[in-house]
Amino acid sequence: MAGKTLYDKLWLSHLVEAREDGSALIYIDRQLIHEVTSPQAFEGLRLAGRQPWRRDANLAVPDHNVPTDSLERSGGVAAIADPVSRLQVQTLDENCADFDIVEFEINDVRQGIVHVVGPEQGATLPGMTVVCGDSHTSTHGALGALAHGIGTSEVEHALATQCLIQQKMKNMLVRIDGRLQTGVTAKDAVLAVIGEIGTAGGTGYAIEFGGEVVRNMSMEGRMTMCNMSIEAGARAGMVAVDDTTLDYVRGRPYAPRDDLWERAEVAWRELHSDDDAQFDRVVVLRGEEIKPQVTWGTSPEMVLPVDGVLPDPAAEENPTRRIAIERALQYMGLEAGSRITDIRPDRIFIGSCTNSRIEDLRAAAEVVKGRKIAPGIKQALVVPGSGEVKRQAEAEGLHTIFLEAGMEWREPGCSMCLAMNADKLGAGEHCASTSNRNFEGRQGFGGRTHLVSPAMAAAAAVAGHFVDVRAMQE
Amino acid sequence: MKSFKVIEGIAAPMDRANVDTDLIIPKQFLKSIKRSGFGPNLFDELRYLDEGEPGKDCSDRPLNPEFPLNLARYQGASILLARENFGCGSSREHAPWALEDYGFRCIIAPSYADIFYNNCFKNGILPVVLERDIVDRLFREMYDTEGYRLIVDLPGQFVATPSGEQFHFEVDAFRKHCLLEGLDDIGLTLQSAPAIRDYEQRWREQSPWLFDVIS
Ligand code: SF4
Repeated sequence: MAGKTLYDKLWLSHLVEAREDGSALIYIDRQLIHEVTSPQAFEGLRLAGRQPWRRDANLAVPDHNVPTDSLERSGGVAAIADPVSRLQVQTLDENCADFDIVEFEINDVRQGIVHVVGPEQGATLPGMTVVCGDSHTSTHGALGALAHGIGTSEVEHALATQCLIQQKMKNMLVRIDGRLQTGVTAKDAVLAVIGEIGTAGGTGYAIEFGGEVVRNMSMEGRMTMCNMSIEAGARAGMVAVDDTTLDYVRGRPYAPRDDLWERAEVAWRELHSDDDAQFDRVVVLRGEEIKPQVTWGTSPEMVLPVDGVLPDPAAEENPTRRIAIERALQYMGLEAGSRITDIRPDRIFIGSCTNSRIEDLRAAAEVVKGRKIAPGIKQALVVPGSGEVKRQAEAEGLHTIFLEAGMEWREPGCSMCLAMNADKLGAGEHCASTSNRNFEGRQGFGGRTHLVSPAMAAAAAVAGHFVDVRAMQE
Repeated sequence: MKSFKVIEGIAAPMDRANVDTDLIIPKQFLKSIKRSGFGPNLFDELRYLDEGEPGKDCSDRPLNPEFPLNLARYQGASILLARENFGCGSSREHAPWALEDYGFRCIIAPSYADIFYNNCFKNGILPVVLERDIVDRLFREMYDTEGYRLIVDLPGQFVATPSGEQFHFEVDAFRKHCLLEGLDDIGLTLQSAPAIRDYEQRWREQSPWLFDVIS
């Protein structure tokens, strides 16, 4: 019999009940909750007179709506200027109080983007099933967990039953062999993967990222890759547990200690695919061949290496794709045949659950250190992923580097990743963004997003247009 | 949840691939703490010429005259014809809520994003998968025929065109059952409460570090 993949192992260890029709009841170890997708779930519990099955399996934090401006933020929930945002954050506070769920409130130092907070606090651990009403829950798979986004009905379902009804996904291995060049990061690697398989390439699969590049990658980098597996269509991305994982988890506030740690470590060491495991699909990339990536269009698969030239729709034979290219070029205000390096961002956004961890901020700071942002840049925002990341960055003096370069240093939250708070693009503005989605209007009505790594965003901030960061690092 | 058996209704087009959840319902409307009232903001950026805000009265906003849902011939549509990878992007259930609130009970497309597909069933919407060529044909017939109506039969698992042609579709048995009966799946799962408790006890003995930590 063939061995098991990491996904198979996680699935089997959480199987409560397999049903004849192929669906299964899967036990959920951890649910993370934020203010946007939970109000209707709590309301549903109330209407049905239900209580959470296990309140200590849940952890809540407001992130999408919180202001990142220090002044507005300092007044707490009551000071949120937008009344609709304020109501949503207040509703989370009330629901957590009513149902006795632990919440890191708006100005708690542990507050931050839910996908940064979970691993950072040790609230998400290897071997867990993790869900959250947010598609980027795939991030937590970097720890060797089965983690995926769910809708609000499922948030309610997981609260009420500690389970979800699931169909087993297929197995895909994305293996990146060799090494990444200096200046090329996890973000570039995952964008290259999406460019290769497309935004629907992973639909129906759980992706395991492996190969030498991933083995040598930090936990932050692995989280960036797993975070964007949903942009390749896969609900879940994951990486096998190794020493890097264990070193990251050890000592985190909610991580096990002493003999519990010893026992956990033994179990966690098993969390990798067996050598003879069969994958339904295997995709292989060479690390050396990956260049810094920049998206030019309105879907993450519309991505090119920084030295690339924008596609010509006339040269595309598939009509659906041709129309998509035409529409994207038009929306982005770009010409077929022009160069990526000709694009001049109006704003820079360094943040989001993809790239707002300490390593990301260090990479950006290294590029802007001793330099100034170009005069054409209207705004360059740096938004740490959590209060803890912010504190760490300030201890290292990174904030001073950003401020001296002419960038803004903000309070933690989702911010301009989806512009639910005051941080937005104006219509027609281009943004070099370290977030994960370049959909039309995502960062503001009519806004134009280019997805890049933190180092590439910082390089664009300094140069005033996209440039190969490797040239600046020499 | 509303049950779904057989519906007959006007089909309307969403003729582009990779329609994402931001396009279905822009994020500014996610700030609502309710489940209903999203219909007027379905496809907001395509449907109106100005920028939509929560609380703004949509009845006097300027309509985009080129957007199909604004055309007289598609008024009252309950079936949405769509292209590949419909519903990609976020997990927000506001997307099916908006489609349902607008009046769509069924979507027909060659493929969907996983989370969206799943969310539809939880909200009384049937996402039908038909082959690309068939979807193409339905699009053409719809464009050619004003008042084009389709029948979607869930018990029989087929879509029927006005000419009486039938196309079979697949749907997973459990989801079909829940949709036909309009069942709340939390209630169903709670019938397995003893099995969940048994599992939980075993799992707690095996992995005690996963329990009682968040408090
Ligand atoms: S940072 Fe962006 S992608 Fe991540 S959870 Fe927040 S809004 Fe979603």
